[in-house]
Amino acid sequence: MSDSDIVQDFLVESYENLDRLDRELVGLEKNPHDRDALASVFRTIHTIKGTCGFLGFNKLEKVAHVGENLLTRLRDGQLTLNPELTTALLGMVDAVRQMLKEIQSTGHDGEVDYPELRETLTRLQQAGVSVVMQAESPAPQEVLLPLPTPEKEIAAAVSEAVALPATAALEKPAGKKRPKPVKLQPAEGIISGPARADEPPISRQEEVLGSQQVLDSRSRDKAAETIRVGVNVLDKLMTLVGELVLARNQLLQISNAVEDASLQAVSQRMNLIATELQEEVMKTRMQPIGNIWSQFPRTVRDVALGCGKEVGIEMEGKETELDKTIIEAIKDPLTHLVRNSVDHGIELPEVRLKAGKERSGRLILRAFHEGGQVNIEISDDGAGLSQDRLRKKAIERAVITAEQAARMTEREIFNLIFLPGFSTAEKVTNVSGRGVGMDVVKTNVEKIGGTVDLQSTFGQGTTVRVKIPLTLAIIPALVVTCGGDRYAIPQVSLLELVRLESDKVAKGIELVHGAPVYRLRGRLLPLVYLSRELKLAADANRASEENDGAVNIVVLQADERQFGLVVDQINDTEEIVVKPLRKQLKSVKTFAGSSIMGDGKVALILDVLGLAQRASVVTETRERVLTEKTTEAAADAAEKQTFLLFAGPGDSRMAIPLSTLARLEEFPVTQVEMSGSQWVTQYRGQILPLIRLSVVMEERRHRLRALQAPPSPNSGPIQVLVLNHEGRSFGLVVEQILDIVEDRADVKSAATRPSVLYSVVIGNRVTELLDIPAILRSSDASAAPPAVAIKSAEVGN
Amino acid sequence: MAQTSVQTSQFCTFYLDKLLFGVELKGVQEVIRSLDMTKVPLAPAVVSGLINLRGQIVTAVDLRRRLELEPRPPGMLAMNVVVRSEDGAVSLLVDEIGDVVEVEEDSFELPPETLRGSVRTMIRGVHKLNDRLMHVLDIEKACQMTDVVETAAKGR
Repeated sequence: MSDSDIVQDFLVESYENLDRLDRELVGLEKNPHDRDALASVFRTIHTIKGTCGFLGFNKLEKVAHVGENLLTRLRDGQLTLNPELTTALLGMVDAVRQMLKEIQSTGHDGEVDYPELRETLTRLQQAGVSVVMQAESPAPQEVLLPLPTPEKEIAAAVSEAVALPATAALEKPAGKKRPKPVKLQPAEGIISGPARADEPPISRQEEVLGSQQVLDSRSRDKAAETIRVGVNVLDKLMTLVGELVLARNQLLQISNAVEDASLQAVSQRMNLIATELQEEVMKTRMQPIGNIWSQFPRTVRDVALGCGKEVGIEMEGKETELDKTIIEAIKDPLTHLVRNSVDHGIELPEVRLKAGKERSGRLILRAFHEGGQVNIEISDDGAGLSQDRLRKKAIERAVITAEQAARMTEREIFNLIFLPGFSTAEKVTNVSGRGVGMDVVKTNVEKIGGTVDLQSTFGQGTTVRVKIPLTLAIIPALVVTCGGDRYAIPQVSLLELVRLESDKVAKGIELVHGAPVYRLRGRLLPLVYLSRELKLAADANRASEENDGAVNIVVLQADERQFGLVVDQINDTEEIVVKPLRKQLKSVKTFAGSSIMGDGKVALILDVLGLAQRASVVTETRERVLTEKTTEAAADAAEKQTFLLFAGPGDSRMAIPLSTLARLEEFPVTQVEMSGSQWVTQYRGQILPLIRLSVVMEERRHRLRALQAPPSPNSGPIQVLVLNHEGRSFGLVVEQILDIVEDRADVKSAATRPSVLYSVVIGNRVTELLDIPAILRSSDASAAPPAVAIKSAEVGN
Repeated sequence: MAQTSVQTSQFCTFYLDKLLFGVELKGVQEVIRSLDMTKVPLAPAVVSGLINLRGQIVTAVDLRRRLELEPRPPGMLAMNVVVRSEDGAVSLLVDEIGDVVEVEEDSFELPPETLRGSVRTMIRGVHKLNDRLMHVLDIEKACQMTDVVETAAKGR
């Protein structure tokens, strides 16, 4: 191991330790007599100090040393932690962190040795000494030594090793049993023996444990079984596993063709192992969100102290796991939201008391998985947002007109604060308003495919909800072909696909002064030709010949704007592994990355926003877009909804809101299998229960017979709406999918049969709106075992 | 910093438009025949495309264009010299692979003053072999191409 390796290890270890220190100090401030926590804080600083001495970082060692002295007093009970002491100690942690950064970039610990900080720490420590233990003898001299001699070093290490057993043995008040080197020397032989045997050296464990609580002895045992692995190693593993999967696919193809029983057996086994391996390797990249939350108590404390507030922070779902890259990407937005909540959300203690709330505000962080996404909520019980104030401010800033403001819904009003230049304006403090507004939070979250939403009740509090995908490494994408090459389009930006047959092309695509547009449900959709944007023009003619003149339009969303991307061919959706582009290609804004396709060739991933910018679809600022949107809203005062129309049994016309729909699929009857009396199909690695609308709508007495009928082998492919309801997916088999329409749907009448919410006029015809929860209930009641049970049984295999 | 302290050093050699070039052997990951390449639209012209090197996506740089030589005649398949740069592996497309040669330090000479332009930054100098000169290519400089990227971005 070279010197730089040792320094590197020291840095990594120390950063983690410092993060824990922040947390523990804030915890200690609330509970100053937690001896275990104090001992742990002491050990951390001691370890840093010791290692610095060894590596020759003297300035850092000096700072750590005075901190350690102060901590000695605290640990020995001669001083009690108060906010002043905590602030000083946190200041020391910051100083140490600063110096570590210096070491990281320059290799030595910088020029500054923080004289004021050391002065403060020494003063605090001596103040404590003089007040609490005037008569006590040798310790003061010892602590005033500027640098520890080797002997003292050993003595301190010994006292550290015995500190825990000693405290456990003595029940007396802390002040009296301050461990002194003199007293401890003879004890060493007795106590250090068992201490060593029971527990490996403490600093080692802390290093491995990272952010978790150190003090629980059970977690120590667990920690001994983890090792630190570099992310680059994991990335490499991931790559290799991806390759292995490709090789496996090829092998499977060959073995199917060869029809050799032993070869097939081997390739099947290989198939299973590769799949499992892939899953496990994916898991290694996952980290609990607690890793970034752990710094929030400190953030909250500092902000609250800075503006004279009292705030308690609560966390739920710390163990919720996320891909490492995502964790890093949401760290800043979350920090900003937390700061915002404390700074703007929670009121001053007096104001709170007047409002009949507790003095101290509550900030709750909650994280949980839902439907393949991670939800993070940041709620406070502060003042909440005032709709009227927001409205007024938006009008003042000419973001919207008074007329528009009057028509906006509550939710729209609240989400105004995500507009640029709007957020931190109320009153700029040193805490917020650091150039990271709510608009930046929104942009950053959206960049990784997430969404932000804000809800607030005036006087009661605000909740910000962030939804983000589990992983960035693997994303669902639509693969298209253009100019003979394949391109992947991330599914988050994908809205719908439109195919214009050749006879409709001439009529469907119109020109606005040369710019092609398509009328999508009555609205003009600007068209962008991928081949032209990528300068693949030479191939364009050939492609349209291959398509018999038909045009494929991929409707995409970029920054609140929709546009149609014309491609040669639409292939399929696929889960792709995203690999970043190298520096040489970073300047090409049209691509977000690359990926390896099933056949081993490389495909580029389109950056939809970059493409839109290149094609000048997105040129207007967000304000402009918003104005336009609200103007539209003004045009049809009632909220329009988008519905999916389809034919139900007996030529009835039915609809569901498009928002409930996950996907539209068509399955050949051969793919439908029976599980008990339930139709199911294998879909994206899951068993998808299929609910037939014809059965649901059947009268009760006929239902059972109809239910058990297996699919007739001669019928054509079935049309399935894949829906997600409360975390479960199921397919609804319908007769025929008709259209997607946008309508106000304000002419309603009561339902005439079960499983229907109400009848409504959509597109001038009476349409029944389905009640999805009711359909699920009735299907669960009639089909046994229920769909969820089937799914979990499959996972168990 | 390689050949200053050691007496001899090894170079992997290749040909570009009949000129002999060499890169330090320890900077070379592997040499492979031509692979399927995915072209990158809108990319700088020196980037030939992307190749899949056992699951790793590697940028292929057309060294002829990079060094402002004549373009490769059509139909001539390029070889990939995969080198390790600061930014990961990069494949350099060359005409033909030569031998691995071992040269002594004192056969090295800086490029003549008359060699100008951006090419000069990429050629550290030459080793005088018995029958010809071997151009020593600076891998980092050749792979960096911030200059090319910038001009390409401006051109658009």
